[in-house]
Amino acid sequence: MIVSERKPLAEIRRMIAPYQRLLTLGCGTCATVCGAGGEREVSFLNSALRVAQAKSGNETHTLSEYTVKRQCDLEFLDPLVEKVGDIDAILALSCGIGMQVIAERFPDMPVLPGVNTSFMGAVDEYGVWDERCAACGDCRLEETGGICPITRCTKGILNGPCAGTKDGKCEVSKDMDCGWILIYKRLEGLGQLEKMRRYYPPRNFRTIPRPKRIISQANIDTGEDND
Amino acid sequence: MTNSLFEEKLQSDEFLVTTEIGPPKGTDNSEMVEHIDLLKDKVDAINITDHQSSVMRFPSIGGCLLVKEHGGEPILQITCRDRNRLAIQAELLLAYSRGIGNVLCLTGDSIDVGDHKEAKPVFDLDSVQLLRMIRTMESGTDIGGNELKGAPKFCLGASVHPEADFIEPQLIKFDKKIAAGAQFFQTQSIFDLDSFRRFIQYAAQFDVKILAGIIVLASARMAQFMNNNVPGIMVPQAIIDELSSVEKGKVLQKGIEIAVRLIKTIKEENLCHGIHIMAVGRERIVPDILEAAELVRVSPK
Repeated sequence: MIVSERKPLAEIRRMIAPYQRLLTLGCGTCATVCGAGGEREVSFLNSALRVAQAKSGNETHTLSEYTVKRQCDLEFLDPLVEKVGDIDAILALSCGIGMQVIAERFPDMPVLPGVNTSFMGAVDEYGVWDERCAACGDCRLEETGGICPITRCTKGILNGPCAGTKDGKCEVSKDMDCGWILIYKRLEGLGQLEKMRRYYPPRNFRTIPRPKRIISQANIDTGEDND
Repeated sequence: MTNSLFEEKLQSDEFLVTTEIGPPKGTDNSEMVEHIDLLKDKVDAINITDHQSSVMRFPSIGGCLLVKEHGGEPILQITCRDRNRLAIQAELLLAYSRGIGNVLCLTGDSIDVGDHKEAKPVFDLDSVQLLRMIRTMESGTDIGGNELKGAPKFCLGASVHPEADFIEPQLIKFDKKIAAGAQFFQTQSIFDLDSFRRFIQYAAQFDVKILAGIIVLASARMAQFMNNNVPGIMVPQAIIDELSSVEKGKVLQKGIEIAVRLIKTIKEENLCHGIHIMAVGRERIVPDILEAAELVRVSPK
């Protein structure tokens, strides 16, 4: 899942200042699951903005709200067509992908980011998400016991731990596990420590040049997957 | 051919002594030059650190050139934290062309422990890949496979943490560094000779030279600070207690005494091939340590 975090209210208020009529737009997928931009958060944010506006006494924004199933998918954006006629800007509570698809779909409409897109991760416990994938385009999890050194090691190094690891934690923070100690233990448990003894050459940062694009070869070639 | 005098010494049976100097934060090199002049004839080589602890400073290569100009033998420290593979290769070409013969290959501390916490951490390579890259360059091509007009040749070192609390993964990395071309190791600071002896037993199977890292502690507070903030340093409580036991004003003397005690034991027991003294900003006391440890050179080289 793409994990995002709502921006501070003060930053959002500065951003919306030039616009009178705003649509706060939620996203029903990742942003909902990580509690940053679902229907509930859209409603909370608009309430908070109204309270702040009432307190300041000199703002007159009109705030409306709506949540689509997925902002990053054009097919879910049609319901917005009739709404954009009555607004001056969209305050999007989706990841950066969703926001950009909105911007492409509505070329004349300013799109303001209400959240910061943080990482791709998984839930640790309720309300806690951890980064797990850096989308490097060259997955080597087979070699590292299913634990990604690019994301789990703060330096993203490929040939084993640095000397900064202590008590199984990273030199950067006592609260952060050392990715390479996790990898070692997992490979040891699997009886695959020889994978750690191998030399891994420098990463290829050109696996898919930026901005990355994937064209499904299977579908183009044969119209079928796995052919 | 390498430009390294140190490499010849590595092949001798001499008990080697290296030390390190941290460059200044700024353009005023006068103190660094004083330290170079003070130490160049008393040690076999001088490391110049590369933004040690991720704190931005005058560059290692600049310090190494000063060591050369003043007649010393420099060891260029290169970390992978701040430069990608292009920049590091270019720096190696410059280093070789200017007579620098030794490189210590390090991954580098995290950006987060330093004084530019918002900077982009590079880590395009790690220490093992850096060693291999240099050996590739020596064979006449850059890491992209393109021919070099004139190839460098270096004596290569690396670092190892003999007192890591979980040693097995560190030993795997140690093996990989040797396979990648490391000829000598300057260890992280050691305090516990029992674990160091175990490490030496392990390392004996390889044809590499080990220089034991000796850090000079100036106070119990410094020791505690290092334990909490400097990656790869683990000062045992017994040493901290020893430092706390002496009256104010004599603590540095105690720190020197501890360092000398370690050095003497290492030398007497012939545990390894030499020592690497890290005085962390107190380079002036290094000659006192050498004298107390009876490591004064009879005749300067």
